Amino acid sequence: MTRKGNKYLIMIVTFIVTLTAVKAGMTAELRGTVTTEYRNFIQPPAEEKQGSEFLSLSIEPEFYQSWGDNNQSLTVSPFYRWDAQDNQRTHGDIRELFWLYLSGNYEIVVGISTVFWGVTESQHLVDIINQTDFLENIDGEDKFGQAIISTTMHMDYGSIELYALPFFRERSFPGIIGRLRSIPRVDTNTSAQYESKDKEQHIDWALRWSTNLDVFDIGISYFKGTNREPLLTPLLKADGELVLIPYYALIQQTGLELQSVIGAWLWKLEMIYRDSRSDTYTALTGGFEFTYTGALNSSVDVGLVAEYLYDDRGDKALTPFEDDVMLGIRLSPNDTQNTQFLLAIIKNRDAKGHMSRLEASRRVFDSFTLSIEAGIFVNFKQTDPMYSFRNDDFLQIDMAYHY
Amino acid sequence: MRVQNSLLCRFFSIVLVSQFHLVSTIQADENIGLEIAKTMKSRESGFDNYKAEMKMVLVDSGGKETVRLLRVKTREKLGDGNQSIAVFDKPADLKGTAFLSYTHINKDDDQWLYLPALKRVKRIAVRNKTSPFMGSEFSYEDLASTEVKKYTYQYVGEDNINDQPSFVIERFPNDPYSGYSKHKVWVEKERYIPLKIEYFDLKNNLRKTLLNTHYKLHLDRFWRAHEMHMQNHISKKSSVLHWNQFKFRQPMSEVDFDPKRLKRIR
Repeated sequence: MTRKGNKYLIMIVTFIVTLTAVKAGMTAELRGTVTTEYRNFIQPPAEEKQGSEFLSLSIEPEFYQSWGDNNQSLTVSPFYRWDAQDNQRTHGDIRELFWLYLSGNYEIVVGISTVFWGVTESQHLVDIINQTDFLENIDGEDKFGQAIISTTMHMDYGSIELYALPFFRERSFPGIIGRLRSIPRVDTNTSAQYESKDKEQHIDWALRWSTNLDVFDIGISYFKGTNREPLLTPLLKADGELVLIPYYALIQQTGLELQSVIGAWLWKLEMIYRDSRSDTYTALTGGFEFTYTGALNSSVDVGLVAEYLYDDRGDKALTPFEDDVMLGIRLSPNDTQNTQFLLAIIKNRDAKGHMSRLEASRRVFDSFTLSIEAGIFVNFKQTDPMYSFRNDDFLQIDMAYHY
Repeated sequence: MRVQNSLLCRFFSIVLVSQFHLVSTIQADENIGLEIAKTMKSRESGFDNYKAEMKMVLVDSGGKETVRLLRVKTREKLGDGNQSIAVFDKPADLKGTAFLSYTHINKDDDQWLYLPALKRVKRIAVRNKTSPFMGSEFSYEDLASTEVKKYTYQYVGEDNINDQPSFVIERFPNDPYSGYSKHKVWVEKERYIPLKIEYFDLKNNLRKTLLNTHYKLHLDRFWRAHEMHMQNHISKKSSVLHWNQFKFRQPMSEVDFDPKRLKRIR
């Protein structure tokens, strides 16, 4: 189906699900969010065609129905965003549409779903089941729904998860007028390249064992299939525009997650070993989160987060984080409105470039939340992938209605 | 000299005797306090598990009310503290968020939070006992299950609360990270249920008072307060918990309280 056809299909599904769920509201559960978002980029763009102000609206309802002593359930959660300026950012997705069977110690999932693996805050190395939706945010927390057939068994010696993952999802990238994108831009209208002759039809596999041993949480995972992270190769289009085309290699990834809770300290480590035809590398994120409760005799919690990000490919790494330090402070006054602040900075150890991020949110009028997010990109070298964002300091305001 | 000596002897013997007397009454009072706490726990134990709905009404110093709705499941763990899951229905922005806690007798409690927007189960480092739960006047510590070994005790005397004869005991938290120096507890004599608890901060000032009311009998054995009213004397704010739909001995198993199952909670 065409990209446009997809968009309309998702829009219709979103609409039908919302209506059905409202109608069926007596027996089923419905929840969701409607968000208006305003983004302002303070500096003039690095490329002439890029815009400076963006206004958009997104909806993400979730419909849930269980039956048979709650052993079986259906979860449907479509997503849609309309962006008044950036046509490329107007996009939709089926975040979830799956049947879940729960029985004693095992679970079966068939459908489209989202799975999170990992423990660290600055980046999620081990997390690999779902493709990242970079049109939503550059923080990598938004994911596309992934077709999944999986089973989980909870046993005395830990839980084992097995996944078959058909239908690979391509990564999303902002369009010509979008900000927070690479320069040159990634062209997603030209077909992406794949290592596998089956292209997006290649079936990927994953396996994970995890357990809680006293104060330790351990997870070991293995993935074999299409890399979620594409290589970007330059292409000179017929009209003379230089663009980047995604190339999806086949990889094998072994991941380790380790977490330990010692009093007010959470120690975290994520490590991956990734093997493909073009390269083999190790990357890790490790650090701690310390929470100081009742600061200055008040009910304010102060959280300190420090993480080190390493990639043994060094400057050749495709990610901007190969020898970086992240420092963050989180403030939670524990008030009725659930106010939260987060300030974080990521800096390369031997370069001047650094990125800061501020997030603040607060509940207003019972069912709304107001969030403010700001990002600043300073002094990145021309060779750093973050150099493309050099003029993209932004302020974002979100007002979300929850139901 | 001799007289003086004998006087000194007499003086010392009096002091010694009275000291001994004092020590023995303190020990007796400790034992009575401990016995009352043990009886309370044994009367409360053996319910196996229950689920219930909880409405939390937060009242600020100006009288403005905010409502929270939660569904709670609790399971007794043999030889350890209770395991508990709270799922939030209200406020709407936290809908589906789930909080799992394991109370332990001899070590730090374990806590996890499931964040539905991120599909992520986050472990919480627990020195947050003193933090308010959901912006209420109840701290995490106030809501954890009461375990006998977590305190030392002192018997204070007897008193009447709303014409109900009660023992009064004081309990002193062993946990160095507790926000309290002591709790003063009014235990109703017949049923061994706590009617009132005064919470004293680390400077030994009265900080909060909890009143437990609307006690109902479940399974012909277990008394549960259906209203718990916590008044903060410093901030002048209060929080009221309304418990409803108590259902005991439901089909629940260990795996339902496994942190790895938390994301499946509804």
